[in-house]
Amino acid sequence: MERISEYGRLAASEKRLRDLLVLGLAGDANAYEVFLRELSTHLRAFFRKRLAQLSTEAEDLVQETLLAVHNQRHTYDVDQPLTSWVHAIAKYKLIDMLRRRSHREALTDSLDDLGDFFSADEDAAEARRDLDKLLDQLPDRQRLPIIHMKLGGLSVAATAQITGMSESAVKVGVHRGLKALAAKVREDT
Amino acid sequence: MRTDDLITMLATGTGPVDTNVAARRYAAALFFGATGAILLMVMLLGVRTDLAHALFLPRFWIKAGVVTCVTIASLVLALRLSQPGRRLGRVPSALVAPVLAVWILAAVVLINADPLQRTRLFLGDTWAVCPFLIAMLSVPVFGSTIWAMRGLAPTRLRLAGAAAGLLAGTTGALVYCIHCPEMEAPFLGFWYLLGMLIPAAVGALSGRLLLRW
Repeated sequence: MERISEYGRLAASEKRLRDLLVLGLAGDANAYEVFLRELSTHLRAFFRKRLAQLSTEAEDLVQETLLAVHNQRHTYDVDQPLTSWVHAIAKYKLIDMLRRRSHREALTDSLDDLGDFFSADEDAAEARRDLDKLLDQLPDRQRLPIIHMKLGGLSVAATAQITGMSESAVKVGVHRGLKALAAKVREDT
Repeated sequence: MRTDDLITMLATGTGPVDTNVAARRYAAALFFGATGAILLMVMLLGVRTDLAHALFLPRFWIKAGVVTCVTIASLVLALRLSQPGRRLGRVPSALVAPVLAVWILAAVVLINADPLQRTRLFLGDTWAVCPFLIAMLSVPVFGSTIWAMRGLAPTRLRLAGAAAGLLAGTTGALVYCIHCPEMEAPFLGFWYLLGMLIPAAVGALSGRLLLRW
């Protein structure tokens, strides 16, 4: 029954989220940010329900899935229900993470870890993995465009001027950098 | 980095996104892959010498038609499996239907044939090489389809790999039709099918490795 209510909740938000994403895909960055923010709460509920004893991993997965949604957003077909698209990505990332974990046989240590036994479930937990550190490992041609454009909020032209790169190199750097970041996230787990 | 900061970072400075990427990647993959397969066929195998004559035979077109049907169905299958959460719907049936039609046709041909001719109808002259030549001609499309998928987001990797292999196998078989002298349904229903399934099996086995993201 829990599953049904959870899917029901996501389905109720389907139209609103879908409209936001469609605006975002058309170039509206504000709508896109609202979309990611609301999506992240659904993802958090989805992963926490399935990873009851691994709450920091749940937040890692929220971040990993948001990154995946962003990098793969060109694969969303506007005629398709958003719920099924997001659910397929979230499930893929969950299974991928569990498979990686089982390779490392790391489940044993978290069974003894009582540290976060009483932690509340409401807010975004601190992720275990630090994306900033992974970002630092990217080559300059990807890291600098991300830092100036995505974190500093500069335009493509301003970023190009600061870094001495061409505007198209800046765009490519952001695009490839975020993909490389997603790949590093996978290696890191 | 907190999740809120990640969201702000991802949304900052985003522009419009082209959502027609899948169609364009597949168009490019098929164009370059099929060109590669045709070049391989012309250079290594050669066009069948009686092609001009064969073009007037219904059996030639039945063979080409069946292979075209499974090629289209496997293209749609690969496309759907490249995007998260797309339903397969009737695509698997559309894939199986032409194969069943060939098997029925093959059964009719074999039943009506002179018993002494049946082995020959099944084996033709080239059974020993046919599946491997189809598999060889599938290599370019296999590579280009995997490239197309890697730029998209398959979530069922084994199945997606199998679909990529199947598309490669069917395209390879279609190109092979221009070389291959065999036109009997019993031959087509077994040896061609085997040739198409070899790359599909390779795709299923390597999907997880090649398509992870």
